[in-house]
Amino acid sequence: MAIRERMSGNEAFAVAMKQINPAVVAAFPITPSTEVPQYFSTYVADGQVDTEFVAVESEHSAMSACIGAQAAGGRAMTATSANGLALMWECLYIAAASRLPVVLACVNRTLSGPLNIHNDHSDSMGARDSGWIQLYSENNQEAYDNMLMANRIGEDKSVNLPVMVCQDGFITSHAIENIDLLEDDLAKAFVGDYTPEYHLLNKETPIAVGPLDHFTHCFEHKRQQAQAMMNAQKVILEVSAEFEKLTGRKYGLYEEYVPKGAEDAEVCVVLLNSTAGTAKYVADYYAAEGKKVAILKPRVYRPFPVTELAAALAKYKVVCIMDKADSFNAAGGPLFTDVTSALYACNVFGPKVINYIYGLGGRDVRTTDIETVFDEVLEIAKTGKVKSVFNYLGVRE
Amino acid sequence: MSTAKKNLKTLTNDVNWHDITEGGMIPWAGNAEMYETGSWRSMIPVWNKEKCKNCLMCFYVCPDSSIYTTDEPRMNGIDFGHCKGCGVCVKCCKFGALDFVEEHK
Amino acid sequence: MPFNMKEAAKKTDRLTGGHRMCAGCGAPPVVRQILRALKPEDHAVIGCATGCLEVSTFLYPFTAWTDSFIHNAFENSAVTIAGAESAYKFMKKTGKLEGDTKFIAFGGDGGTYDIGLQSLSGAMERGHDMVYVCYDNGAYMNTGTQRSSATPKFADSSTSPAGTVVPGKMQWRKDLTEILANHNIPYAAQTAMIPKNMKDLYNKAEKAIYTEGPAFINVLAPCPRGWQYSTTDLMELNELAVDSCFWPLYEVINGIHVVNYIPKVKVPVRDFLIRQGRFKHLFKKGNEWMIDEIQKEIDARWAKLLKLAEFGAELLAKAEAEAGATAGAAE
Repeated sequence: MAIRERMSGNEAFAVAMKQINPAVVAAFPITPSTEVPQYFSTYVADGQVDTEFVAVESEHSAMSACIGAQAAGGRAMTATSANGLALMWECLYIAAASRLPVVLACVNRTLSGPLNIHNDHSDSMGARDSGWIQLYSENNQEAYDNMLMANRIGEDKSVNLPVMVCQDGFITSHAIENIDLLEDDLAKAFVGDYTPEYHLLNKETPIAVGPLDHFTHCFEHKRQQAQAMMNAQKVILEVSAEFEKLTGRKYGLYEEYVPKGAEDAEVCVVLLNSTAGTAKYVADYYAAEGKKVAILKPRVYRPFPVTELAAALAKYKVVCIMDKADSFNAAGGPLFTDVTSALYACNVFGPKVINYIYGLGGRDVRTTDIETVFDEVLEIAKTGKVKSVFNYLGVRE
Repeated sequence: MSTAKKNLKTLTNDVNWHDITEGGMIPWAGNAEMYETGSWRSMIPVWNKEKCKNCLMCFYVCPDSSIYTTDEPRMNGIDFGHCKGCGVCVKCCKFGALDFVEEHK
Repeated sequence: MPFNMKEAAKKTDRLTGGHRMCAGCGAPPVVRQILRALKPEDHAVIGCATGCLEVSTFLYPFTAWTDSFIHNAFENSAVTIAGAESAYKFMKKTGKLEGDTKFIAFGGDGGTYDIGLQSLSGAMERGHDMVYVCYDNGAYMNTGTQRSSATPKFADSSTSPAGTVVPGKMQWRKDLTEILANHNIPYAAQTAMIPKNMKDLYNKAEKAIYTEGPAFINVLAPCPRGWQYSTTDLMELNELAVDSCFWPLYEVINGIHVVNYIPKVKVPVRDFLIRQGRFKHLFKKGNEWMIDEIQKEIDARWAKLLKLAEFGAELLAKAEAEAGATAGAAE
């Protein structure tokens, strides 16, 4: 049961894609996601997949080709980062609105400018309103697992939405970790076949995709699309439950990490992806010293788990939401905005909230940095006083 | 939400978001034929069958697929439900079999 | 099967009436004819870039296309169809699909010469088995006649208006057919619908569709709104464009240029320009030099094309001679 392997996050993405064996992979290189299509094209060259690999001439064309392929009835996948994701921006919206369950491996990297190849979340955060399901992955195991679940989630008939699986560029994409892989036949059986009711290559029922949709009908299409995103939450949990039966690894909408001895923690730090790993490590030794901090790591960012997160955070005196992206809106980062709005919408007024924007442009986040955040939230819990709601971590003042 | 159950007739301007087809996809190819564009006309072509030599030039040049033909094929009249009165067929007819007049409705 | 006026007319139209193109638009007749070149039993997937053709033929909930159709965005109909073609290859390879499907992408000059050039170039370079048809009406017509790189020099357009200081568009047209001919594709052609040579468009469409690999067709599509002429004159304008050598009819077959139509009487370009309101300022006193310049450029490009065809014929003859010699040696 399970194959113990060791590989980088990029290779983990690629191996999952190999097992999925999609109809089309259309991709354009951009650091740090480049290895994904590189690995994949070796699988193609060695006949390990049946996939048609389309070496497109830009990311906009990558997503366009994926849309054409998916509409034609084949599974389409791609991989990108940063400006590649930005370049395909209009196509992201079109894929979602056309209800095509394309899957994209997003290896998170800073959006230009200035030019920077390192990790932060400004790329996928920039696409948070595009209508894509967004799953975030802390480590290589999660990246692999999320990628295997993506098709099942997106292709559910009550959903039919594209799915973006994110992991941190360089930090996990280029770091070798031990992970457990599913055997090929088990992975294949879990992902199953893609059998859409309508597609371009169905000769008996030709279809038309992508209309000019006037104000007489557009709003109804949008409302229907919005419903699909709402439906996705249930499907994500169902697919994850099935995955747990297969692998023993449990995935929900988020992970709440409470170190041993910190069960009555009064403070919680909310953050995405790899830095959550660092935070958990610090939380462990803090707990050993009697300093109790819980970590909450959302896995599903879109659809945003409003009631679940609000319920989970209600018990805390202080919630610090850490963002590896700045909205430049003079109002904190995107995760902060979504979490606080969820709290307020659910009448959760108890916790004091603060925001830390960290790690932009790949600025290293050390345990000592996390300690300063933890110390601050613990101080706020003690004194009840928030010195400043909006903060930056790790920038030279 | 299965689009198979939807009927084109229900896709009026009153259709609600539950019943509208998913993603704007339409599984009824060629249904534009049901949409009438004849009201666009102010001029109308008039076919003079006696002068017609069935060269079929009018059939080919029509932007609106509005020339009826028989199986042979021979020219068989004009689809006034779609004809927009552009007059391209009139100008192309070498045999003067098409007149172009103001339409009085 | 080469074009026969009667036989081809028996085929069912793959573009129905009931679309919202302007009365007298030059695009739908050529689209109908191109699709008519498909064998009746053949399935097709059609793509179209945002523009006049697309918004008018697929306005929710009506589609004028009897085949499967996809519209994605403005600049990507070539690669969208390439993506569909790739999925098709996969399905054939894995036994999920039987029979043949043809892939045809349409785009206006806006979505082809300009914003769509990159994705078209990529799709052709990668060798997808598809046809790309550019219906060239010489400006971004759908959004109100803004200039494109296909707009003729000195034409009035809404972003290159003929003013008191600048007399319209000041750049020569880009020669897109030649650009595509230099992509090493098996077939590229420039064509138009002219009543005295109806076979040109049909035969080229048939060749493009049934040649394996990427094929490109550039077809003239006069626009009564943008060119400012009376709708009835569509076919006359097509003929003037061809007979003045503004729009030569030619093919490039595996790199060999073939000119398909040499006008018996080469019409002065003046006769083509005078019919269109977008060139009316050229006929003001003192502006004769503009017409002269246009005539010179047309003549130069036509001479160059004839030379290319001459060279192509030489290459072909040489290749045939070599093949004959090899065959002879083999006997």
